[in-house]
Amino acid sequence: MAITVVTVRRPEDDVSYLRATLKGMALTFGHLFRKKVTMQYPEQKSDDTWEISTRWRGTHRMLTDEQGRAKCVACGLCPQVCPANCIKLVPGEDEEGNRYPLIYEIDEFRCVFCGYCQEVCPEEAIHVGVHYENAEYERERFVYDLERLCAQTHPVSTLWDPSDPKGE
Amino acid sequence: MTPELKGFVLLSLIKIVVVFSVMMVGVMMVIWMERRVSAWKQDRLGPNRVGPQGLLQSVADGIKNFAKEDVIPEQANKLLFVVAPALSFIPAMLTFAVIPVAAPLPVDFDFTVPILGQFVHSGPMPMMIADLPIGMLFIVAVGSLSVYGIVLAGWSSANKYSLLGGLRASAQMVSYEVALGFSFVGVLMLAGNVTLPEIVAHQQDSVWFVFALTLGFILFFVSNLAETNRLPFDLPETESELVTGFHTEYSSMKFAMFFMAEYTHIITGSALVATLFLGGWDIPFTSWDSGDPTVLKSLLTLAFFAMKTLFFIYVFIWIRWTLPRFRFDQLMQLGWKFMLPVLLAYILILGATVLVLDSIGWSSGLPYGAALFVMNAVLVYIVFFILDNNRLLLGRTHRKVGT
Repeated sequence: MAITVVTVRRPEDDVSYLRATLKGMALTFGHLFRKKVTMQYPEQKSDDTWEISTRWRGTHRMLTDEQGRAKCVACGLCPQVCPANCIKLVPGEDEEGNRYPLIYEIDEFRCVFCGYCQEVCPEEAIHVGVHYENAEYERERFVYDLERLCAQTHPVSTLWDPSDPKGE
Repeated sequence: MTPELKGFVLLSLIKIVVVFSVMMVGVMMVIWMERRVSAWKQDRLGPNRVGPQGLLQSVADGIKNFAKEDVIPEQANKLLFVVAPALSFIPAMLTFAVIPVAAPLPVDFDFTVPILGQFVHSGPMPMMIADLPIGMLFIVAVGSLSVYGIVLAGWSSANKYSLLGGLRASAQMVSYEVALGFSFVGVLMLAGNVTLPEIVAHQQDSVWFVFALTLGFILFFVSNLAETNRLPFDLPETESELVTGFHTEYSSMKFAMFFMAEYTHIITGSALVATLFLGGWDIPFTSWDSGDPTVLKSLLTLAFFAMKTLFFIYVFIWIRWTLPRFRFDQLMQLGWKFMLPVLLAYILILGATVLVLDSIGWSSGLPYGAALFVMNAVLVYIVFFILDNNRLLLGRTHRKVGT
């Protein structure tokens, strides 16, 4: 079987090493004066080309009612749906028969931030938040209890809406 | 010792200290400059946190390197392993000793110190550490020594990647030493002298050699790139194949030493190109600077020299962040099959031209320079445009195959 040699005839500009070099040098020189894309993080958290998405799923937040109590009715759906098994819920009941959470803890280390808890919640109580600065000095601090979840103030995630996939 | 000799020794010591400190600070600044410029070329900002505009970043890095653990491999040749970084660093510093950085400075003093005796100096002091009568030859001799540092570092590490890096470095530097040597033969031919002050003086009388020896200038710059192991010729380092080549096993300040050596090489290389081809400390369009020495003259010419050097440092960085690395056979082909024959032919043509110009009585001045410039322009056109279309630069990748 004969070996076929394919000779590619490229235009002169692509072939010449010298011209390619000069072109490249001109390009890199031009980049010196372009607008820089670096965002200087601690001082600058968003700019006109980028800001954090409203669909961001960060650390949780529990919404509260007018009296400042957690909206949660301790139905038990969120620990049920949680794939990482990071929600600990002990339900309680007051004398009027209203259910409320005695203990509600989320281990943010175990959490995979899927957002199922927000999706499944019938009372729109537990939410994942648009928030990413979670540093702590101790590991224990990453288990958020009910009080801490209620005290969060950052905006909550809008999650992904199948009827509006591009978020318009 | 006579008082004059003592005055000379004192001045030399002061110059050594000043040049050394300026070089060290310069190296730090060049490292910062390289990082900032490379960042800008990639639309980033680069280090801008430590000190104003990040100027002190290199200081922080230096402190970090001093604090790091200094690892010496068990199989390594301890002595050579320790000596190698210094060996690569010292030649780069030494070269600077013979480069005149400014117009001579008038220094007159006559004082007596109780134990040491009388110190006398009068008249202009050359602004270089050593006004050696062998100038350029000294630079070539010392320049070739810097390969030892890299080869010994590669060999003593007892690591195959380091060894390969060292071998490549030696092959590359020995090859380009030839091209480097031939490419400034033109300078010696025109200046008629090997001392750098004379070369600078000759450029003040006629034209800068970048115009009279354009082709020689380009080839000198390219071989200078290869000599300093900068991209596109940094084959001793090649991360993709050799980890980091000869300094793979180095850590802590020894590693930083190689970096300092590289950047010192860049500074001296740039200063050398500026001296040989851009008129050194000459201020263009005026002959004021070559008259009687004054302090103001020295300072102004120093500023001009710094600007020229800085320009070439920038070009070094610019090239590094634009061009990809050569393959090793391409590198050798460029050195031996392209640069060497071209340079030999160039020396021949240049010699003939100088002979012809001499016989019609032109040996300096503007028409002399213009004639040489025209000759060079034609040669540059022939070499880089006519030959390039046949892709001589690319080596054997291009073959005319009958269809």
